[in-house]
Amino acid sequence: MTRPGTEAQPLRVAIVGAGPAGFYATDQLFRTPGLVVEVDMYDRVPTPYGLVRAGVAPDHQKIKAVTAAFDKVAANPAFRFFGGVELGRHLSVDDLRAHYHMVLYTTGAQTDRRMGIPGEDLQRSHAATEFVAWYNGHPDYRDLTFDLSQERAAVVGVGNVAADVARILSRTPEELAATDIADYALEALSASRIREVYVLGRRGPAQAAFTNPEVRELGELAGADVSAQPEEVEPDELTRQVLERAPDRATQKKIEIIKEYARRTPTGKPRRLVMRFLVSPVELRDDGTGAVGGMRLVKNRLYATATGTLQPKATDQVEDLPVGLVFRSVGYRGVPVPGVPFNDDWGVILNAKGRVLDPQTKHPLVGQYTAGWIKRGPTGVIGTNKPDAAETVAGMIEDLARDIHLRPADPSPAAVERLIRERQPQYLSYQDWLRLDEIETRRGRETGKPRVKFTRVKDMLAALGRA
Amino acid sequence: MTIASLLAKKGPKVVTVQPEQTIRQALALLAEHNIGALVVVDPESRPIGILSERDVVRAAVRDEAVFTKTVSALMTRDVILGLPQDDLESVGRTMTDKRIRHLPVVDQRRLVGIISIGDVVKAQRDLYRGEVENLQMELTEEHGRPTAR
Repeated sequence: MTRPGTEAQPLRVAIVGAGPAGFYATDQLFRTPGLVVEVDMYDRVPTPYGLVRAGVAPDHQKIKAVTAAFDKVAANPAFRFFGGVELGRHLSVDDLRAHYHMVLYTTGAQTDRRMGIPGEDLQRSHAATEFVAWYNGHPDYRDLTFDLSQERAAVVGVGNVAADVARILSRTPEELAATDIADYALEALSASRIREVYVLGRRGPAQAAFTNPEVRELGELAGADVSAQPEEVEPDELTRQVLERAPDRATQKKIEIIKEYARRTPTGKPRRLVMRFLVSPVELRDDGTGAVGGMRLVKNRLYATATGTLQPKATDQVEDLPVGLVFRSVGYRGVPVPGVPFNDDWGVILNAKGRVLDPQTKHPLVGQYTAGWIKRGPTGVIGTNKPDAAETVAGMIEDLARDIHLRPADPSPAAVERLIRERQPQYLSYQDWLRLDEIETRRGRETGKPRVKFTRVKDMLAALGRA
Repeated sequence: MTIASLLAKKGPKVVTVQPEQTIRQALALLAEHNIGALVVVDPESRPIGILSERDVVRAAVRDEAVFTKTVSALMTRDVILGLPQDDLESVGRTMTDKRIRHLPVVDQRRLVGIISIGDVVKAQRDLYRGEVENLQMELTEEHGRPTAR
């Protein structure tokens, strides 16, 4: 058999997960000089784009423009999409090995980290990711309910997802109506009785993960006055030392913005968004009905680790916050892919620079790769997946040159398509998606939104005339 | 961003050496794995030192018999250890300020990985590249035309 990658035998690659990492990797493969490659991309949900559709906040449309670049990649005739096909349910790793020379897993970080405190499983205590997937119309999360009749909510964490959740909770119905937020979420949030939203950081403003544009947005909400406590936003001695030794404009700016929030006086907007720093939840209190009735916080101070990282240490000062709704946003974790080695320490697929490793020998498994959050953990912005995918694809090309790849029994595109038709006849192709996209955006134009999303698989199929 | 994400894609392999092994054995490990430093561990896998190629070079200049010496004779004992939750930024700063090229990372005193200054620089570069990529996408959206690459 000739080495794959030629006109006679194109390199056949399966990519599992249709998010940014998958598309950047596909793009990288298509751009590799001299390589003839065919990519089949799979996703558990019928629609592509991963977190760009189901994660990026509906009021952040600009960043969703990246999908135009993904569509361009998908327009390559050597690309096929199989939406609604789940690995471990419709297909197994062995099925993929029987049809492809290489398999690339880009399944992302699908679950959240827990706080590990008593009361975490009470009703009205949620993972921020579930709320995000809900308001973004993810079919698996659209039927969740959140009790927005509470007057006070806390968002635990100060990353960009925490900022998204706090912002969406604080937006006015008019602000939300102009976005592509799921229609049922718009309805629920329009009836929300939440008056106060707390955002809780373990460390100080200088160590908060959210970026300056996100912080600035919190101060520009139409229906919410932002505030912070002066004593919590003033940098402590250790932070001041770091900033003096290594001045960093972005961090200084972040502190300035938040200090300005601490100086603001309420202007009478219907909601308050309260930023708190140097506090950690230690317990969620039961209100007597099995739901959150309050949160106990401990105040922290910072100490420096051996590498100079400032970390929080609990003091003996505690405080009770009367919140009835809690969203934790303290990090994410990958979910193991059935049949693929997992590194439980870091919550990622066991890999070295994107090559999946055998858990026993620690040597690379032939023909199996990973990219994106399931490779490195949940860090960086969407664009960070581009250099990340490039690293993995470089390894794939290197291996191909050394003739290291799977030897599939039947690599023909027709064979795998037959198998999928048999196992999941309701799958969506990219053509199907483009038609749905057109319908969604048309429905949006009629109501002054970027789009109105389909949030049920059966509605998608019906719209395509396949129900 | 924490250094856990650097370790996540490095695999679980940390090349270690015992203090009583010889420098010849240590050099063989450095060559075999194409790396610049070895973490010296005690029988409980806890790091007690680090042996870098520079440690060996310095000793070789003074002493022809360097190959038969033990690792413990040449290793650096005063090792700065990182934690998975340490921030990439402060780790980068500390490694640059103190001229450290390799940082063993421990969790509950157990060695869980090692990162090099090269790993840190690459991670920082990828973060910046990602942000530039995002900004370019947003500009493309604003002006309705592709940006220069």
